[in-house]
Amino acid sequence: MEYFLELFFGGLTRGSIYALIALGYTMVYGIIELINFAHGEIYMIGAFTGLIVAGVLGALGFPGSAILVFAIVAAVIYSAAYGFTIEKIAYRPLRGAARLSPLISAIGMSIFLQNYVMLAQTSDFLPFPSLLPELGFVKHFKGILGSSDFIIIVTTIVVCVALTLFIKYTKMGKAMRATAQNRTMAQLVGVSVDTVISVTFIIGSSLAAVGGVLIASHIGQINYYIGFIAGLKAFTAAVLGGIGSIPGAMLGGLVLGLTEAFATGYVSSDYEDVFAFALLVLILIFRPSGIMGKEKIQKV
Amino acid sequence: MSRMLEMKNVSTYYGNIQALYDVSLHIDHGEIITLIGANGAGKSTTLMTICGLLKPRAGDVLYEELSIVGESTNKIVSSGICQVPEGRLIFPELTVRENLDMGAFLRSDKDGIARDMEYSYELFPILAERRNQPGGNLSGGEQQMLAIARALMARPRLLLLDEPSMGLAPLVVKQIFDIVKKINKESGTTIFLVEQNANLALKIGHRGYVMENGKIVLTDSCETLLANEDVKRAYLGL
Ligand SMILES: Nc1ncnc2c1ncn2[C@@H]1O[C@H](COP(=O)(O)OP(=O)(O)OP(=O)(O)O)[C@@H](O)[C@H]1O
Ligand SMILES: [Mg+2]
Repeated sequence: MEYFLELFFGGLTRGSIYALIALGYTMVYGIIELINFAHGEIYMIGAFTGLIVAGVLGALGFPGSAILVFAIVAAVIYSAAYGFTIEKIAYRPLRGAARLSPLISAIGMSIFLQNYVMLAQTSDFLPFPSLLPELGFVKHFKGILGSSDFIIIVTTIVVCVALTLFIKYTKMGKAMRATAQNRTMAQLVGVSVDTVISVTFIIGSSLAAVGGVLIASHIGQINYYIGFIAGLKAFTAAVLGGIGSIPGAMLGGLVLGLTEAFATGYVSSDYEDVFAFALLVLILIFRPSGIMGKEKIQKV
Repeated sequence: MSRMLEMKNVSTYYGNIQALYDVSLHIDHGEIITLIGANGAGKSTTLMTICGLLKPRAGDVLYEELSIVGESTNKIVSSGICQVPEGRLIFPELTVRENLDMGAFLRSDKDGIARDMEYSYELFPILAERRNQPGGNLSGGEQQMLAIARALMARPRLLLLDEPSMGLAPLVVKQIFDIVKKINKESGTTIFLVEQNANLALKIGHRGYVMENGKIVLTDSCETLLANEDVKRAYLGL
């Protein structure tokens, strides 16, 4: 039982990070029907920003919790700026072009950013300081749930609730939903679609940055390639949940994280990815629109 | 009456296909202007060009004497031009109330918005009954009512209506045309009405334009157009 719970919480932690990244994929897809392949790199850049800020503030003798907060804030600002800029220079000029063009541009962006970080930093793994504090009461769950697991899960829940409320109740949230449902009509009621798209990229990138700093601190090392792998998994999670659906991305992340954790724990860690992608294939066969995705109904 | 909107020799294309040829027309403050024409004549294209969703390749569109060609749609909408597009374009997953809210997207006077929403519910009680249902669940006619109510939420100065009678029962059509007349009279809203139902449209309009193959071929007062033999034959089925 203890082993099961350990795997369960381990899966939740993993799944939380997948969910945070998957939200960016799904939100962008919902608005402009583009798979933003550079999104994993945004997450990686968030982690690197966290590393640099933590290094500087650590050397200056800042207390641990302040370092964590500053690292996350800096990562969010930096990644959001990257997401915003990438949309402006790599996708916006291609709006209205054939669908393949922005997709190729996205893959190009992804390769460019990986190599840019590799050249600017290093291709080796860099140790990432453990920024997440030890929480006293988590000790009672020793062997099942670590402090950093707890913090990652709770942070993800808070972020998801905040995002849901934002989308449901704010004016910008409504404009985002309206744009996703009918772009022409959104424009005709006065929504600036450019602004909506920019905000979507900023929010998605910010969530990925939070995920990047949290998981880097949990695992303890990063390199320029982490965005590719995590991005692929998170994209899987987004498709699993139903691409375009926000609750779908959250659920898809959790399902994927748990699947991997149990496959690793009960079968073999060699099969982690096999199970993840087998799950994806199964879903695509039996429910092509994903768990929460709606089948597109063509109303005439 | 002074000039509100003027199209001067406008040509609009879809890619290489020309849809509007040298279209010129004008709308004065407070008028109800009717545009009739067969399927594919270019009526919807005319409205989309006014709203900035299509950019004319030649010619000019003046609103309150200033050119709006090249302006973004949200800027044009914020200056008081509002369109009920063909096919209604309800936001299917937003509730009826949220759809109405979206109509008031550019407004920030909460009290005024709340009052106008109540007014929409008075005009169309079915919308009040269904206020918490997704717009996509409404019937075609109910969606048309929602589309019109949503446009009114913007308090437009110039309201563009693209075939508002399409698919509606005669009684509902009459109700909608009564509302159009009413907002024109009481709020002074200028109306540009595109219709297939030429008979009705020419009855409530002040002046009318007839469009064929992307060109304006005839314009006159609606009374005169109603009596015109060509119009009678082609559009009134007489
Ligand atoms: N998206 C498009 N791409 C290419 N051609 C188009 C497009 N939309 C319309 N057209 C063409 O432009 C012309 C005018 O179309 P428009 O929709 O303005 O006609 P309409 O008068 O509104 O017709 P209806 O009464 O059927 O709505 C038509 O020949 C049509 O085929
Ligand atoms: Mg039309």
